[in-house]
Amino acid sequence: MASEEESAVKEPLDLIRLSLDERIYVKLRSDRELRGKLHAYDQHLNMILGDVEEVITTVEIDDETYEEILRSTKRIIPFLFVRGDGVILVSPPLRTA
Amino acid sequence: MGLSFYIYERSKLGGVIGGGLQLFFSYFKDLVGREVTVELKNDLAIRGTLHSVDQYLNIKLENTRVVDQDKYPHMLSVRNCFIRGSVVRYVQLPPEAVDIELLHDATRREARGG
Repeated sequence: MASEEESAVKEPLDLIRLSLDERIYVKLRSDRELRGKLHAYDQHLNMILGDVEEVITTVEIDDETYEEILRSTKRIIPFLFVRGDGVILVSPPLRTA
Repeated sequence: MGLSFYIYERSKLGGVIGGGLQLFFSYFKDLVGREVTVELKNDLAIRGTLHSVDQYLNIKLENTRVVDQDKYPHMLSVRNCFIRGSVVRYVQLPPEAVDIELLHDATRREARGG
């Protein structure tokens, strides 16, 4: 591992490099999540994703029962640039059972 | 001259500006002339032709129309706009405009040691 400069994993951004051309999960601010194929990224975590599914989660509170109802809205976008300042975390896709 | 951190004028070849890597700046410059949809952090989505971009990823769009015009009537008569890069959440891109392999190679090269 030490002899190959290019594939040495030294810092967190290197871990993301391992996921290039793979599907990833991205958690964004404002209760948004993306799942898509990582095509490009930079040190700000600006990213370009392909075949993206965006999930926006909102919480509605029932007026009478005061229970919290979680709603998700989904959207498919074929090719998306994501600005890095909205990114919270990046990960291989979580297996949702 | 060109490598000063406080450089103001644009480098002619889009080279090193402010010492940072320019992957997305170069990428957006290649997209000039294409139809894109810019979604802002305030949920406003604007569709238009990409006119220009700068190192901060500020965007100038031409021939713009707001995506949900009934919900956001603010900009009905606006046809050209300048968008500060920091207020952008997403830019929806035309998929055929991109050489994906080129993006992968550029990312591998630039992200290393970044």
